[in-house]
Amino acid sequence: MLRDITIGQYYQTESVIHKLDPRVKIGGTLIYIISLFLFENVWGYLLAALFLGLVIKLSHVPFRFMVRGMRAILFLLLLTLVFNLFLTPGEALITFWKLKITKEGIIMAVRMALRLSFLIIGSSIMTLTTTPNNLTDGMEKMMGPLKIFKVPVHEVAMMMSIALRFIPILMEETDKIMKAQIARGADFESGGLIKRAKSLVPLLVPLFISAFRRANDLAMAMEARCYRGGEGRTKMKPLVYKRRDYLSYLVIVGYLAGKIVLGIYL
Amino acid sequence: MSIIKAKDVTFEYIRRDEEGNVEGITTAVDKVSLDIKQGDFIAILGHNGSGKSTLAKHMNAILYPTEGTLWVDGKDTKDEKELWNIRQSAGMVFQNPDNQIIGQVVEEDVGFGPENMGIPTKEIWERVTESLKAVDMYEYRKHSPNKLSGGQKQRVSIAGVLAMHPKCIILDEPTAMLDPDGRKDVIRAARALNDVEKVTIILITHYMEETIYADRIFVMEEGSVVMEGTPREIFSRVEELKKRRLDVPQVTLLAHELKKRGMDLPDGILTKEELIEALGL
Repeated sequence: MLRDITIGQYYQTESVIHKLDPRVKIGGTLIYIISLFLFENVWGYLLAALFLGLVIKLSHVPFRFMVRGMRAILFLLLLTLVFNLFLTPGEALITFWKLKITKEGIIMAVRMALRLSFLIIGSSIMTLTTTPNNLTDGMEKMMGPLKIFKVPVHEVAMMMSIALRFIPILMEETDKIMKAQIARGADFESGGLIKRAKSLVPLLVPLFISAFRRANDLAMAMEARCYRGGEGRTKMKPLVYKRRDYLSYLVIVGYLAGKIVLGIYL
Repeated sequence: MSIIKAKDVTFEYIRRDEEGNVEGITTAVDKVSLDIKQGDFIAILGHNGSGKSTLAKHMNAILYPTEGTLWVDGKDTKDEKELWNIRQSAGMVFQNPDNQIIGQVVEEDVGFGPENMGIPTKEIWERVTESLKAVDMYEYRKHSPNKLSGGQKQRVSIAGVLAMHPKCIILDEPTAMLDPDGRKDVIRAARALNDVEKVTIILITHYMEETIYADRIFVMEEGSVVMEGTPREIFSRVEELKKRRLDVPQVTLLAHELKKRGMDLPDGILTKEELIEALGL
């Protein structure tokens, strides 16, 4: 059923990582990504891998779910590998035709591959353990200070959560319209790219009309329930840091310090 | 005490062409006056285009009268300072359940209204629990609204309004898109609120059988209120209702036909039980 699709890739289970405040997870992910690009020696990579492994273990999410995220960037990964392998100047190890693989190239390629994989797995842990709703909440709170510069933080967060709510509804509607058009002889499957794109027009027009109608209805319903922007609004589920969140911050900062120490002294 | 009072309320939709010139004026509500008492269960009946939904939108200050005045809980709806107070005391439930649920979890949606009103977190939770229990949806509080049936979604919408502690709830054709079971559940929930919580209910509908439990019925046609009275009074005028192309509940119709054929029955029989009793079976 279309209604059952999950947005994002949230994996429902009980774990410490799931329970953490979304701000910790967003902040932690950012720090982790930055740390990957800070220093480059074997010990640094080892520490990063160790840290990642620990978090994966704690999150109770099966490892194959994280690898699934890798599939999307497999092409990018291969491309970086190949380019680094062949195009890094240095001491040639193997030469055939005009291409040569250098020692520096191999090191560079392995480094880039490791970095990219860690980066993808690291950020997919965040999306796997946080509901989209929670992520939006966390971002709204973290971006809070930007309000001074007239950035409509609350509005953007509200739009994101409404979009998330309506994606399954609009998917179902698309399905309905498609079937209605097929019943009347529309053809969505045959023909070349251009013909197929053209055949989408009778699908998109009714979909847009209905989306606008829904938006209008929703705006009215929101106003009827006293919605008047973020000003003076309270939260049903306010984000409050607990002990485990402070502890996690400590662990993350500890990791970053370790990475810096390793980078400088080894 | 009257909760909603309308005096000569008129509302005109102005149609314009592309240059903005007035092409025509449609009078959707035409000089309607009514007075609704606190704690009543009111039904407003009428065909599509009779102006009943337009009138309902006036009661929540979504639309303002072109002429005349409408007071909600003693406040003029044209008074902008009172806008949010009016919307809080007169909550509104709309027709399409999908287009009025904002939250991605049932309990979050019910909390949306109180959040907007700036209620402290602890009290929001109390209100959400209490409202969901009142419409019998408490066990679904952690569910996604997408997975509920139409009737369940409408009850969540009612809970969402109820959590704002309104004095009056306007239900604008809440059952039009539901199956018979869902319709029964929604009407039952609305009646329970009226009985137990003493909330004024204004039910806009075109289903006759939903109105038989109302304290008073207003029948609208072409923007005006053409009939007014208790269900018994309204449904004893079977011929007039037929002339207005409105359906009469089947039992009432049967009793009416039997009476025409010479049986001794009272006017305005509304339920099966009443008919059985009157027939002495």
